[in-house]
Formats: sequence, C-alpha cells, structure tokens
Amino acid sequence: MARFKHETIEKNSILLLVLTLITVAIGGIVEIVPTFLINTTIEDVEGVRPYTPLELKGRNIYIREGCYTCHSQMVRSLRSEVERYGHYSLAAESKYDHPFQWGSKRTGPDLARVGGKYSDEWHRIHMQNPRAVVPESIMPGYGFLAETPLEYRDIENDLKAMRLTISQAYSDEQIANARADLEAQANPDSDYDGLQERYAKAVVRDFDGNPNEITELDALIAYLQMLGTLVDFSAYEDAVFEQQ
Amino acid sequence: MAASKEAGAGTFGAATLGVGAAFVLGAFLSIYIAAKTHEAAMATHATFFLLFFVFGLFALGKRHFDALERGPDPQAQDGVQYSDGVIRAGVIATLFWGIAGFAVGVLIAFQLAFPVLNFDVSWLSFGRLRPLHTSAVIFAFGGNALIATSFYAVQRTCKTRLAGDIAPWFVFWGYQLFIVLAATGYLMGVTQSKEYAEPEWYVDLWLTIVWVVYLLVFLVTLAKRREPHIYVANWFYLAFIVTIAMLHIGNNLSIPVSLLSVKSYTFFGGVQDALIQWWYGHNAVGFFLTAGFLGMMYYFVPKRAERPVYSYRLSIIHFWALIFLYIWAGPHHLHFTALPDWAQTLGMTFSIMLWMPSWGGMINGLMTLSGAWDKLRTDPVIRMLVVSIAFYGMSTFEGPVMSIKAVNSLSHYTDWTIGHVHSGALGWVGFVSFGAIYCLVPWLWRRKELYSLALVSWHFWVATLGIVLYITSMWVSGIMQGLMWRAYNDLGLLEYSFVETVEAMHPFYIIRGLGGVLFLLGALIMVYNVYRTIRGDVRQGEKLDAAPAGSGQIIATPAE
Repeated sequence: MARFKHETIEKNSILLLVLTLITVAIGGIVEIVPTFLINTTIEDVEGVRPYTPLELKGRNIYIREGCYTCHSQMVRSLRSEVERYGHYSLAAESKYDHPFQWGSKRTGPDLARVGGKYSDEWHRIHMQNPRAVVPESIMPGYGFLAETPLEYRDIENDLKAMRLTISQAYSDEQIANARADLEAQANPDSDYDGLQERYAKAVVRDFDGNPNEITELDALIAYLQMLGTLVDFSAYEDAVFEQQ
Repeated sequence: MAASKEAGAGTFGAATLGVGAAFVLGAFLSIYIAAKTHEAAMATHATFFLLFFVFGLFALGKRHFDALERGPDPQAQDGVQYSDGVIRAGVIATLFWGIAGFAVGVLIAFQLAFPVLNFDVSWLSFGRLRPLHTSAVIFAFGGNALIATSFYAVQRTCKTRLAGDIAPWFVFWGYQLFIVLAATGYLMGVTQSKEYAEPEWYVDLWLTIVWVVYLLVFLVTLAKRREPHIYVANWFYLAFIVTIAMLHIGNNLSIPVSLLSVKSYTFFGGVQDALIQWWYGHNAVGFFLTAGFLGMMYYFVPKRAERPVYSYRLSIIHFWALIFLYIWAGPHHLHFTALPDWAQTLGMTFSIMLWMPSWGGMINGLMTLSGAWDKLRTDPVIRMLVVSIAFYGMSTFEGPVMSIKAVNSLSHYTDWTIGHVHSGALGWVGFVSFGAIYCLVPWLWRRKELYSLALVSWHFWVATLGIVLYITSMWVSGIMQGLMWRAYNDLGLLEYSFVETVEAMHPFYIIRGLGGVLFLLGALIMVYNVYRTIRGDVRQGEKLDAAPAGSGQIIATPAE
C-alpha cells in the first residue's frame, strides 16, 4: 500500500468528518465512562436522601435566580476551606443533584454547608435586604420571594421526572404524597410524621414566618437550611480520633 | 450552467414544500402548547415559536415570487454566484448582539461594584443577567460571527455557492430564534443552570435542529467544491461544528417535567453531571471559542496580509493535536472537588500538553505575517488581527498554568478565572471577529474600502486599553482574594472573614467596569464605521491604498 498522505484526508470531506469525530470522542469516553463503572466514584454514605418536595422546589428557585453564578456548593479538600466551611464535600452529598450546583465562582461564600448556620429569621432579613445583616454585602435583594406564592400544583410531575433520571430518586409512596408532604413541611401544626418517615431529618417549620400561605421564600429557606446537614460527620470524625 | 441552476429562479421545489409543511406542523404544536400551558414563560416562548413559523411561511412564499422576478445572483470575478445575502445578515446580527452582550456585561460589572444597580427586581438581578451576558457574547456575538465567516470562507475556498437555497437562511433565522428564546428565558428565570448551556430542554432541541442543518450546509458545500483540497480554515470550522453538536447533545440530556413545562431535570446528577458539564464547558471554549475562531484566523489573516499560511505541516500537526487534546482538559475545572483524583490529574496533564498545539496555532498565525510586517504600521485591521493572535497566545499559556493543581487551589473560584476568560474573549475572540468584519464589510457590500481606517485605529486603541484595565484588575483582585481566603493569623486561625474579602474587591470591580465601558465604546465606533461603509461613504482625508481589495480571488492552496 502506498505511504499515507494527509492529502487523502484533505480531499475527502466525509473522511475528514469521521476522523475528526473519532479524534474528539476519545478523551470524553476515557474520562467519563469509568465514573459510571467504578463503584467508589460515589460511595454510599448514610443519611443522604432525595430532597423533600419543598426543598426540591426551593432548589429550583435557587437555580432560577442564578444563585450558582456567585455561590459554590463544593468545599474543596484544602485546609483553609475545611476550616472556613466545614468537612469537605463528598460525592454522595450531591448524588440527587439534577443538575449539580457545585458552581465555579465565589463572589459570595460557599453554601454547601450553610444549613443551620443562621436562623430562619436571619435568612428572611437577608433575602429582603442583604445589607441589613451584612453591611458590606454586594448580593441583590430578593424581597419578591416572600410575596410570591409557591406554584406547586404539578409537584408530582417534578418527582416523576426525577425518577426517570439516573439516580432514580423517589418511590411510588413519595410521589403519591408529594403535595401533602410539601404542605406539611411548611406548617408545624400539620401531621408531618409521614413526611419525616419518608425523608429522614426533614425539618418542619414555617420558614418564611408567614402562616397564611406557602411562599417561594418558604421553599428557598427550607432548601438552604438543609444544605450539608444530611451526613453526620461527628460520628465519622470521632471514629478517626479513636484510632489515633 | 450549474451555477445558475443552483441560484435557482423557481424555488418552489420539494424543499420549499417540505420546510413549509414542517413550519405548519410547528405552528400547530406552538398553538397547542401556548393554549394548554399554565406557565407564563412557556406561553411566551410558544408564542415566539408561532411567530417564527408564521413569518417563516410568509418568507417562503415571498421568496418564491420574488425569485421569479429577481433573477440569479451576480457573478463574482471567478464566475461563481456566491450566496452573500445570508452573510451580510450575519455580519449585522454579529454587531447587534455584540453591542447587546457587551452592554449587559458592563451593567453586571457595575452591579458587583454597586449592588443598588440590581434594583431588587428579579429580571434585572445579577443572577439572571450573568447568563444573558455570557450567552449573548459567546453564542449570539461569537456564534453569528462564526456562522457568517464560515459561510464566507467555505464558499471562497471551495469556489462554489453555498449548498441549499433555503437552508442557509433557516440556519441564520433559526439561530436568531434560539438566541431570543435563550435570552428572554434567562430574564424570566428559565435556566438549567449549566454554565454556557443554560437554555432549557425545548430550546436545546431547537438548537439541535438548527445545528444539524448548519452541519449539512457546510458539509455539502465542501462536498461540491471545485478545488481539490479542503482548505485548512474549513478543517477548523468543520471540527467546531461537529464537536459542538456532540457536546451539546451529551451535556443537555434531560427529563422534561412535561411537554407544557419549561422545567427539566438533567439525566445525569452530581459528580457525573459536573464532569459532563465541564467536558462540555471547557470544550465550548475549545471548539466554539478556539477551533471556530482559528478557522477565522486561517482565512482572514492570510487574506488581509496577502501572504500564504506560514506552514502547511504545522497546520496539520496543530489541527489534530489541538482537537485531540482539548477534549480531555475539562476536569481542571474540578480540582480538589469530589471528582475522583485520577480524573483531575488526567485533566491537568492534558491541559498542560494543550499549551503546545495552542502555540503551534499562534506561531502559524503570527508568522503568516512574514514579509508583511510593515502592514502593522499601515493597516489597523491587520494590527487588530495580529493582536488577537497575541492574546490567544497569552490566554493559552495562562490556561495551562491555571490548570496546575497548586495554582488552581489559589485561582479557582476567584476573579483570576474571570480575567483569564476575558483575555481570551475580549482579546482573542473579540479582536479576531472585529478584524474579520472589517475585512468582510467592504467585500460584501462591494465598497472599495472602509469608511475610515482612522476609526479602526481608534477602535483598536480604545478597546485594547479596555482589555488591559479589565485583565490587570482581575489579576490583582483574583490573586488577592485567593490569598486572603487562605491567610492565617499568628494564632493559626483564618485571618479574614469572607465578607472582608468582598469589601477588598470593590476598587477593582470599578476598574474592571471602566475597562468594559472602553471595550463597548470601541465596538460602538465600529458600528458607526460599518454603517457609513455600507452607505458607501468615505471619510475625508482617508488613504485608499492601504488594504487589499476584492472578494473573488483567494489563497486556497496550502502554503509550501
């Protein structure tokens, strides 16, 4: 056979197309496919569960407002980060994140473990006017969230769509109770035993301080307050301590 | 003659009927969705689709009847009837979206310095405007520049008319619809939050259709070329089109909540979603903002300098090495995260290797000026093109440096990344596009030269100063913030609270904003210059002999 010449490719548009496609496909295949095949990519961690319907709705508001453009949700395994934000993030903690919210910029602080750091009251004031609690803050105000009723008439569809994703979140029971669970979580006077059975550690509060209606602020604060709280790191850290 | 048949007087063929039928179906689907949905955003977007299909049908009919009277397109010097109308439209769209994208960029830059500019209104807040800015500059400005220049270059280097009669126009208008859907979607909060891939599922589907037609137009034009070789610019354009198709589909796999809802959940989640996102995200840079614009460089730099490409062999090596290596680099966006360590290291390694083919391209572009360096003094358009290549070289050195884990631990999440992106976006992508447009406008509107080369010079200096202000302020603020985040005091405690680092950024955010204003000002000078050129004006006292004339002839043969 004659010696290969690049001319052959230059004179055949289909050959050029096919070889280009093969060349650009290799890197992605080698890097992406193993993360599905190697089990340790996402280790099972106790406590990780799908979002409650209210938290999921809050997460969707977080996405809608583009919070990820300024806040990361990924504590890197660096000393200064662990000391500032808490235990570095585990892969399992974002297992049910469709899409992921790790972010790429910290104009504001990381929020991976913001849950429980501040009171609901603090969040309410902060969302209304961030500079009322942090004078140097450059975050926009989100006062309209408290005035906007949460739209959740099709919440079952959200859970059903989530179940079709790779993480297959949500059982039949969780889908059947989606609406009731959402309403129960924002109302401390409701019967929320079922909710907490279906979603471990689900916190029930009137997050926005307005008992008359479930607002978008209810959902967002419910989401922020659970971030990073599902895994109990104290048990893990004690165990390491004993070994030493 | 084949050419006159292609230019086609009667366009009411099977293609027209097929497209017309598809538009009718599309219109009915839009009406159904608009009527049934209870989401305002979906109703708005279904209406946009409906308007597109209705106007599309009118345009098809009008085009048919006009074609009966209009006769074929004029022939160029080489006897080919080039299809230039769609390119003229592309140039104007590029300028329009460029100004829009730069202006939003200036606004959000000042929002970070003065939060009162968010007005606490949902659709004016930084979180919604930031994707509007990035999409407007990358996909609207950059995308239109790429489509227009690729259509120009592929016709001239293949010595044949663009394939299809309606298809190129469908690509153009379909792409504008994509931009409008994306942009208005962000304002209404419709986003899947995947950076540079924020549009939701139905917009992604629409873009897929448009992009496949774009690929077909390009490929069929290549296939019917009258030159034996496919010119190097076309390799890069082709790689850009086909890789973006692969990345777009891979990254946007998602499950819509329902046909009537804008909302979807991505199929992949967590760590895998992150990896796939940055496989996409980094190669949006690699193939949209690099390979595509290298295609632009390989056509317009030799053309304007009237010199052949420096090295044919270097272009072969640098093409295959660049497209092979780029794809691996994505994980450098995820250093020290929950992504497995092996993937991070692999991403870093390939990012460093990527430096070589990148500089191969830079050398090939710069050295094309061999024997024509004097034009840097006389032709501000060449100056713009050359400086764009210099910025390309700088960003493709800075990128590998930042991908090193030790550097990345400092630079990641800070403004250093923003500065890096903008040295590439403003310096490389912006300037090479401006240069190409300054070349194209006189060619497309058959003018002897631009209205004013002196204004090109003004654009060049004002914009360059803007870029310098932008990237230096972001270097300082980024490195400072990174250092403050990791600073410890004598007691071994973190020295600064987070908000102290925010406060320290303030002066640099103002400087950055001013840099953006200058860049925008430069672009406005360009719009004025292009407008006067299209009108056929020549500014008093301009020298007319500085630049090469003429569409038609091309440097199609590989150098050597």
